[in-house]
Amino acid sequence: MGDYILLAISAILVNNILLIQYLGNCPFLGTSKKMETATGMAMAVVFVLAMAGIVTWILEMVFLKPLGLEYIRTIVFILVIASLVQFVELFLKKSIPALYAGLGIFLPLITTNCAVMGVCLINVKEEYNFLEMLVSSLAYSAGFGLALILFAGLRERINVGRVTARKRTGVALIDRRMRDRVTIGRVPGPLQDVAIALVTAGFMSLAFLGFKGMI
Amino acid sequence: MAKTLVQEFTKGLWEEIPPFRLVLGLCPVLAVTKSVANGIGMGVAATFVLLCSNVLVSALRSIIPVKVRVPCFIIIIATFVVVVELVMQAVAYPLFLQLGIFIPLIVVNCVILGRAEAFAFKNRLTYAAADGLGIGLGFTLSLGAVGAIREILGNGTVSIPFSDQVISVFGPSFQPFTFMVEAPGAFVCLGLMLGLMDLVGKKG
Repeated sequence: MGDYILLAISAILVNNILLIQYLGNCPFLGTSKKMETATGMAMAVVFVLAMAGIVTWILEMVFLKPLGLEYIRTIVFILVIASLVQFVELFLKKSIPALYAGLGIFLPLITTNCAVMGVCLINVKEEYNFLEMLVSSLAYSAGFGLALILFAGLRERINVGRVTARKRTGVALIDRRMRDRVTIGRVPGPLQDVAIALVTAGFMSLAFLGFKGMI
Repeated sequence: MAKTLVQEFTKGLWEEIPPFRLVLGLCPVLAVTKSVANGIGMGVAATFVLLCSNVLVSALRSIIPVKVRVPCFIIIIATFVVVVELVMQAVAYPLFLQLGIFIPLIVVNCVILGRAEAFAFKNRLTYAAADGLGIGLGFTLSLGAVGAIREILGNGTVSIPFSDQVISVFGPSFQPFTFMVEAPGAFVCLGLMLGLMDLVGKKG
């Protein structure tokens, strides 16, 4: 039991998939501008990663390894993930429309999310047993969600800083919801958007690096 | 196409250089740039896959049905990634171990899928090849540049790609700025470089 808890903590905090292992950074930057999209993406990743982890692990153990076909692992995994995502999308659309409304637009993006493929590969490379694989898939995706949602919170404030800066120069672009928030400061022109987001992510990553002492 | 072959090639080196102008495929840029050698090695592997997939996608563009084009692209890309994996295991095994999981992950690199979708599927074979080579070289240069900054500051050395040689830049008394080779340094370094490229691009 203790081993599983240690595995979970190490996957969520110490080896956080976004900030320490650098996987899945495209959706990290793409969906973190707003809290709603960040939560949607985080949930979609938890959902798909748990399923993809199970399916790829079974495929590896039942087919690839006994038949000595490990060298085509990359092709098999990407095809499985891509078709799984399509299948999940169709299934949700038909049977759970409420969930589909929340996750729908994020599902196609997950095919090219290297966090999903990356965790499936880590599970196989570390030779986890079934339970360890399940814990690791869930914990890595929880870590993804945690970092993404925390980051979206920070980034919303930075964008507010930009809006007020524009207001000062005469262009009023502020909506009521944002006006009540605290502004952080003016972001220099060339650093706006992705550049400042990366620097912010760097300092979050520094904070997560502090967890290294835990295990 | 109004552009010439040469223009299609050179646009990848400056106008549309990934990941600075085309902000795609950030994961390998952050992860494998602890040293120049790793960065260049990754870049060459990605360039090979990009060039081959662009050529094949362009050659098959009249056969591939539009509706299932993305799965077809993925299969083509995955095939070349497996080729790279096998070749690297035979030729450059230490580099293969260093890059680890990021070699199979070339398959989900959005730069490659993006070029297949946005360029190769719509253009003639020669143009697609020029585009793939240009974007790939640009990607390699970027990876090398980020790798150089991080390695020089974080370790005080420069490693020569495809050999075991390491050149010390500052001499033995240098105190390494370890932050740069750790995870946070990658994010901060890339962020500042993006800002710098934006500044230079606007003036030029």
